[in-house]
Amino acid sequence: MSVLQLVQEAYTGLKSLVIGLKITGKAFCQPGITVIYPNEEVDNLSSFRGHVELVGKEDEPDVPRCVACGACVKACPSSCITVLCPMPAKEGDEAGTVKMGPAPQKGSKTPGQFLVDFSLCSLCGQCAKACPVDSLQFSHQAYMVSFDRRDFQLDLLARLRRQAGDADNPE
Amino acid sequence: MQAFDPTALKGDLSAARFEPGPTEDKLILNMGPQHPSTHGVLRVLLELDGEYILRAEPVLGYIHRMHEWIAEQKTYMQFMPNMGRVDYLHAMAWNWAYAGAVERLTGLEVPLRAEYIRVAVTELNRISSHLLWWGAYLLDLGAFTPIMYAFEDREILLDILQDVTGSRLTYSYFTFGGVYADVPETFASRCLAFVRRLRSRLPMYRDLVTDNVILRGRCEGIGEMDVELARRYGATGPMIRGSGAPLDTRRAEPYGIYGSLEFRIPTYPQGDAMARYMVRMDELATSLDIIEQVVTNLPEGPIAAKAPKTLKPPKGEACFAVEGARGKIVVHVRSDGGPKPYRVKLRAPGFSNLSVFCELAKGTLLADAVSILGSLDLVIPEIDR
Amino acid sequence: MNPELLLSLDHPLTRLVVGLVGVFAFVGLNALVLVWVERKVAGHVQLRPGPLHVGPHGLLQPLVDAVKLIGKQLVTPTGSDKVLFWTAPILAFAPVTVCFLPLPFDPHLAPIRLNLGLVLILAFSGLGVLSLCLAGWGSNSKWGLLGAARAVAQSVAYEVPLLLAVMAVALTAGSLDLYEITAKQGGWPWQWYGVKNPLAFFIFLVCAVAETNRAPFDLPEAESELTAGFHTEYSGMGFGLFFLAEYANMIVVSGVAAALFLGGWQGPFLSGILWFLLKIYCILFFIIWLRWTFPRVRFDQLLNLSWKWLTPLALLDFALAVVVAGLGG
Repeated sequence: MSVLQLVQEAYTGLKSLVIGLKITGKAFCQPGITVIYPNEEVDNLSSFRGHVELVGKEDEPDVPRCVACGACVKACPSSCITVLCPMPAKEGDEAGTVKMGPAPQKGSKTPGQFLVDFSLCSLCGQCAKACPVDSLQFSHQAYMVSFDRRDFQLDLLARLRRQAGDADNPE
Repeated sequence: MQAFDPTALKGDLSAARFEPGPTEDKLILNMGPQHPSTHGVLRVLLELDGEYILRAEPVLGYIHRMHEWIAEQKTYMQFMPNMGRVDYLHAMAWNWAYAGAVERLTGLEVPLRAEYIRVAVTELNRISSHLLWWGAYLLDLGAFTPIMYAFEDREILLDILQDVTGSRLTYSYFTFGGVYADVPETFASRCLAFVRRLRSRLPMYRDLVTDNVILRGRCEGIGEMDVELARRYGATGPMIRGSGAPLDTRRAEPYGIYGSLEFRIPTYPQGDAMARYMVRMDELATSLDIIEQVVTNLPEGPIAAKAPKTLKPPKGEACFAVEGARGKIVVHVRSDGGPKPYRVKLRAPGFSNLSVFCELAKGTLLADAVSILGSLDLVIPEIDR
Repeated sequence: MNPELLLSLDHPLTRLVVGLVGVFAFVGLNALVLVWVERKVAGHVQLRPGPLHVGPHGLLQPLVDAVKLIGKQLVTPTGSDKVLFWTAPILAFAPVTVCFLPLPFDPHLAPIRLNLGLVLILAFSGLGVLSLCLAGWGSNSKWGLLGAARAVAQSVAYEVPLLLAVMAVALTAGSLDLYEITAKQGGWPWQWYGVKNPLAFFIFLVCAVAETNRAPFDLPEAESELTAGFHTEYSGMGFGLFFLAEYANMIVVSGVAAALFLGGWQGPFLSGILWFLLKIYCILFFIIWLRWTFPRVRFDQLLNLSWKWLTPLALLDFALAVVVAGLGG
């Protein structure tokens, strides 16, 4: 390899290094792009797929549209939804008590209990798709954090009532 | 029962089979499951003479999650989220392969709008996968900043995909017959803005990294493979396009609307790590072209065909091949008429790509082995499934 | 510090002891500051803030890190040679502190005038390699061994052009005392040896980066290849000492570069220690900037660079310096 080629090689090599330094130098002088949580927050959470929540009826916001059909329970790949509703009375039951059983139950059109185990959920959306009355939607809760696993057992009926109560008394 | 004595362990079954060799000068090294530059839990057994590698053998299975068995336990639709977790970097392609196989089995026709949306999101996902590969490859080679610049672009892309699907990484967006939900109105304009932005950033990537003399020294002439070697092992994707053969499933076995789109297939003949690098960088430009075409001509219409709630495909089997970021993804589904699949076979491109590593690494330095592993673009969960 | 007070201390031992205390304080404080500067520069180059929350702008981060490192358990790996294993970090850190003595901070603040200051610095920096060797061998770890082997070859390879470049400057100045070499230059850039002999400056910088194991030549501790190279098995303060030694080494070579090539304490106006510190920090910033821009070179390319490029160039430069000195003097 001739000396001229060596010199040329060295020159292109050094030039590429200097160009690289210029790019990082320019980046050094620019402001950072980090959104420093918790002082700042991102602004696009309205499309974020957080855990599912119930949708209330238009005239009664604290009552879910859910008809306790059990379609979401069947559709979930991880079996994380539990819907309990009152079972029909059988002989042998004491008068006045109501037993709860997994949806669907005959004659039951509202859920008595709607639990989601978020620690198993994979946010696939099959439950929301399977619901015949569109009673499930995604919340935008992006900051679920806890020291206790039990905080991830979500009681969606309680959540709906809380949301309806907040809507009634906006602060 | 004797007390457990950790110093008595001489290695596990894989290490025992990988015998020490005839002389005392050789070093057996475990580039273990925990290593900063094996992307995921990959274990590579190396026999070293100083720094030269004499033999290399990857040991898999550290993240085997039995996806194919799970498929037999769940209904067809219940298995869809798993496909996003097989290769989380190009989840849309795996989604498409599975949805396509089941659609072929049941004879569902996907409406045109859904086809266009499928192409757009899969190409966006391919760009995000290549950007991450680029950043991680340079991280392996010791440059700590390009990954941050790549992630700056990737964040914008993930914001677009979040608006469409709600997720940022493990998408479960495809349904049998179409897609889960329609794209928002701002989708087309944001995609075009992103295309413009990335096109203006590509020269900076070239100046900072591709033309850098140190990087060229680390990549040129490393891990040379010819087309025959790639064909023997079934290596696809940028591996074979970097060895000179313009094989791309989108052109060879067109699926969706790829048959009607104009795009270049980047091919480089040298077969070394630099060629594979250039193929992936050019694929970024190709994907941008495809997105531009698709997003400007998005037709109106339904986004999913009518499919029964519990899908029961007729008895039979179907195969669907998709060009993933790493190579050719094939999903083979066999149905026995019930609501759960009888068998789902997932063909991961990474498995064949990794097999070539044993031959490529012979006689190279340890640093070159790291460079070769990076140029293979491995995602170990995909290899182990 | 009142310069007259120091000068009035007639006994040289008192001056030396005071100087050593000052040096230790300087090294400790500077190492902490340098860690912060490196992380901040790294952050801003990567478009992120770097340490931010611990103290104002993250200034207390290195202190908190030091406390954390001190609090960690000192683990000795099974089968390792305990003596070698724990001698290595101490051997890494101790010689570097001595190297600060001949650095010409200010002609009035000299703790001791050594007429072989340059040789002292070069000799004691060589001991650092020994510590890497002991660390790698003593860890009873294959990764450590590979790192140690690389470190030895790298250091040996880059000593030669470093020495030649330094000799060229010493020849031009006619002395091995850093104070005299600095005094021969002036305050203005065109009077510096870095401008009169740019090849030597360039070679010295490249060799300095290689000798201190900084990227792009940080193969002995290549994070992504060798897990952590020679200091894989160290935890807590063992790792802390290697870390501190690396930063102290960086300051030493920057100090030597500032003294030999950038005019040391001399400036266009108000010559003094502040100019010297400013020049040191400029070179340190440049070294840090290099780390966060370039990928790592491969081992044989590293040795090629030294033996095939830098050594012939350094020899050429030395020959030129001889000719120029002969003609001039």
